[in-house]
Amino acid sequence: MIQVLAFYLFAGLVIASAVMVIMARNPVHSVLWLILSFFNAAGLMVLVGAEFIAMLLVIVYVGAVAVLFLFVVMMLDIDFAAMRAGFIKNFPLGIAVALILLAELFLGLGAYGAGGIELGTPDGTAAERGDVSNIQAIGALLYGRYIVLFEIAGIILLVAMIGAIVLTHREAKPGARGRQDIGKQIRRRPEEATVMKNPEYGKGVEL
Amino acid sequence: MSIGIEHYLVVGAILFVLGVLGIFLNRKNVIVILMAVELILLSVNINLVAFSAFMGDLVGQVFAMMVLTVAAAEAAIGLAILVIYYRGRGTIAVDDVNRMKG
Repeated sequence: MIQVLAFYLFAGLVIASAVMVIMARNPVHSVLWLILSFFNAAGLMVLVGAEFIAMLLVIVYVGAVAVLFLFVVMMLDIDFAAMRAGFIKNFPLGIAVALILLAELFLGLGAYGAGGIELGTPDGTAAERGDVSNIQAIGALLYGRYIVLFEIAGIILLVAMIGAIVLTHREAKPGARGRQDIGKQIRRRPEEATVMKNPEYGKGVEL
Repeated sequence: MSIGIEHYLVVGAILFVLGVLGIFLNRKNVIVILMAVELILLSVNINLVAFSAFMGDLVGQVFAMMVLTVAAAEAAIGLAILVIYYRGRGTIAVDDVNRMKG
């Protein structure tokens, strides 16, 4: 009974905060509602026993993506009131598209619930559930059969990181303080960079 | 009364529709559009995890991790593009994005 209660709590909060994400006037509030939404989605996933994905959701979204969003929203100084001018104009069309999409999704759901289609059964590649924990089973799968997928995910993240750095990096003007001149660094030798001194007691060093 | 896979699919469906609606409603604000895309990807993840849990096949959760990775990469690149666009034009209004005359 408590699980049912928890499910409805989490599901209601996910949907309510998702509504607030798209309706909030201030994008900073949108980001905060997005964080709440992801927290509750993580709760939903814990309920079905997918703890690892739930924790990953909290770490990746709340820890990284939401902070990135907040950073960008606050860095760009934008008049957000003017941006909402088209909100009322787009409202009827948006609601119509949303209703059609929702009707179609529920139609598909009803067709699925009615049965008739034989869905493929797990072909034995999945780890056994029950005796091992969720994270152990995922680890065995991820580092075994799906190691290539894992490596591809790493490459994707590397490409995204390099891309973001290349896009936003600004080269300093020549001669500006802190600009790196690699040739000058390599030409530098110990003889011209260091001086040996043998100061007497109680006297400083003239540089 | 018990929670079946349908309950999770309904939550996923509503989240997906809210994400699409968010793209329609906030046509001018790229940041909120990116957040709506994150909502859509979250609904995909909920569906994957629900099917994975209710059918006893962990591959769905492995794939959900893949979706999570791509979503994070997409957010990083999208926001980087936003930052350089703002630097050049001083605005991020979607209506003004016409430099490529597409």
